[in-house]
Amino acid sequence: MLTLIAILVDGLIYSSYLFMVAVGLTVIFGVMKILNVTHGSFYAFGAYMSATLVGIYYQTDLPEFGGFLVIFGAALIVGVFFGVILERGLLRFLYHRDEHIIVLATFAMFLVLEDVLLMIWGTDPYYATEPMGLLGFIDIEVLSYDVYRLSFIALAVVVGLGLWLGLTRTKWGKVLLAVIFDREISQAMGVNVTVVFLVTFVIGSILGALGGAYIAPTISVSPGIGVEVIVLAFAVVVIGGMGSIPGAMIGSLLVGISRAAAVHQFPEIELFVIYAIMAAVLAFRPEGLFAPAQARKI
Amino acid sequence: MRYIDKTVVGLTIAFLALLFADFFMAEWMRFIGLQSLARGTVALGLLVLWRTGLVSFGHALYFGFGAYAAAMLTLLGYHDAFFLVFAGTLVAGLLAFLLGFLLRRYRAIFFALLNMAFSMILYGVIVKTEALGSTDGFSVLAPTFLGYAPEGEAVQTTLFLFTLVFTYLITLSVHLYLKTTLGGMSMAVRENEIRVEYLGYSAEKVIHVKYVFSGLVAGFGGAIMALAIGQVDPDSMANWTVSGEFVFITILSGIGNVAATFIGALVFELIRTYAFEYAPQFWQFILGGSLLAIIMFLPDGIWSVLSRLRKAEKAPSP
Repeated sequence: MLTLIAILVDGLIYSSYLFMVAVGLTVIFGVMKILNVTHGSFYAFGAYMSATLVGIYYQTDLPEFGGFLVIFGAALIVGVFFGVILERGLLRFLYHRDEHIIVLATFAMFLVLEDVLLMIWGTDPYYATEPMGLLGFIDIEVLSYDVYRLSFIALAVVVGLGLWLGLTRTKWGKVLLAVIFDREISQAMGVNVTVVFLVTFVIGSILGALGGAYIAPTISVSPGIGVEVIVLAFAVVVIGGMGSIPGAMIGSLLVGISRAAAVHQFPEIELFVIYAIMAAVLAFRPEGLFAPAQARKI
Repeated sequence: MRYIDKTVVGLTIAFLALLFADFFMAEWMRFIGLQSLARGTVALGLLVLWRTGLVSFGHALYFGFGAYAAAMLTLLGYHDAFFLVFAGTLVAGLLAFLLGFLLRRYRAIFFALLNMAFSMILYGVIVKTEALGSTDGFSVLAPTFLGYAPEGEAVQTTLFLFTLVFTYLITLSVHLYLKTTLGGMSMAVRENEIRVEYLGYSAEKVIHVKYVFSGLVAGFGGAIMALAIGQVDPDSMANWTVSGEFVFITILSGIGNVAATFIGALVFELIRTYAFEYAPQFWQFILGGSLLAIIMFLPDGIWSVLSRLRKAEKAPSP
């Protein structure tokens, strides 16, 4: 029973974290049909920026809970900065090219940004645990949990709900759906696709950076965190169906809970259980769980 | 006039020149050459796949599998290069054959990602297996060649010779294969699969054959790499970034000609080695930057420079 609770809570926390990282990727893919490897860099930069800014913030005498605003601020700065530069400076020249080429271009950008990260922050790990200390602990049965980690679940729910409402209940969402459905026709109807692409990409980047920024207080922020997270996010997005937000949610729940179960029961298969699920899902549903079927060209 | 295949002639000349050069090359050149041959062979497999329009982001699976298979056999006491490389090639090919039944149904980005998923499973298994050295890997002893056990520099010289001969044979057969009906089918599958089916050919079968081939040569490249470096470890053999590097080489070379693959691999290896030597902090930066430059300015790879030059030469003459 206790193990079950532990698996469930750990699984939910991990799922929420995965959702935070994967949802940005799926938003970008859904609208622009680009698989963005650079997402891993957004995540890493978000984490470093957040760790640095939080560290600076707590050396001043400002109110303690402002640290949370700093985290969001860090994500915003990183997301907007890199989102705009990457979309305007690189991707827009490649939209007419083969999709594999675009993936490879973002992979190249990822390699470049990995070293930029080292140039700015060096190889030493960063810690910014103050926000986590502020929220303290909570006991579930006999298990003790950080409230900060649990707040991941709330954040994921807020982000997921926000995106869903934005897509289905606003004019912007309708425009976006039109672009997803048919880029050319919506352009003919007067939608400024250039702006839609830019805004989508920046939103996706901010989400990626937020995933990193928010998790930063709970980890040691060190080189290589981007490499790990990007394949995880891929797995989640592919399981759920690329471009689908509910898919990303189900995908991250599936992956998060199975991983938690593996960690508690069979720690040696922890790493590969995720990809085994991905392979299994794809074997039966090639497009992922929630992706709409695509027409084939004859 | 009899038709002379320029590629075959060119390959043979390059092969003989390298064969001769092997005995005079500096050690570091031979080392770069070996790595280029190993990676180039993997990229050759990807080129064959790419001609059907498929790109795999997971060929580190076969590369790593071949490398680890060969390395594990040395732990069991087998040291003959012929046996090790043959075994590495074969098990990788067998794996590709089995997975091929599933993968041949996928196209575009799904094909790329499912390959990556499988390669990450292997990576996960290796990282978690203490007996295989986990993330550190383990070292591989110098191989013998049919009873001949070279020492010192002779090991690399012989290995280079060995690799060169096999790479030459593989490259030549790929070149000839691409001219057969089955080889010519790849472009057709890439352009329009359903029409291929209507013409009475199974597109899935075409893809499966190519997939097994790419698995075989990736296993070969991996086994050679394990012997050349004398060490196997998951991060440089089976991680997803390794797969990315193979695709990088394929794009660098372009899919125009089999010979281009090795030029591309050599350029990649040179960029990497020099970037690592002169700017260890920025080697990924330089690698990524050159990849971006090629994508932007040389969309058809290095080979397109040659054909452009040739066209420019021909143009003025009436």
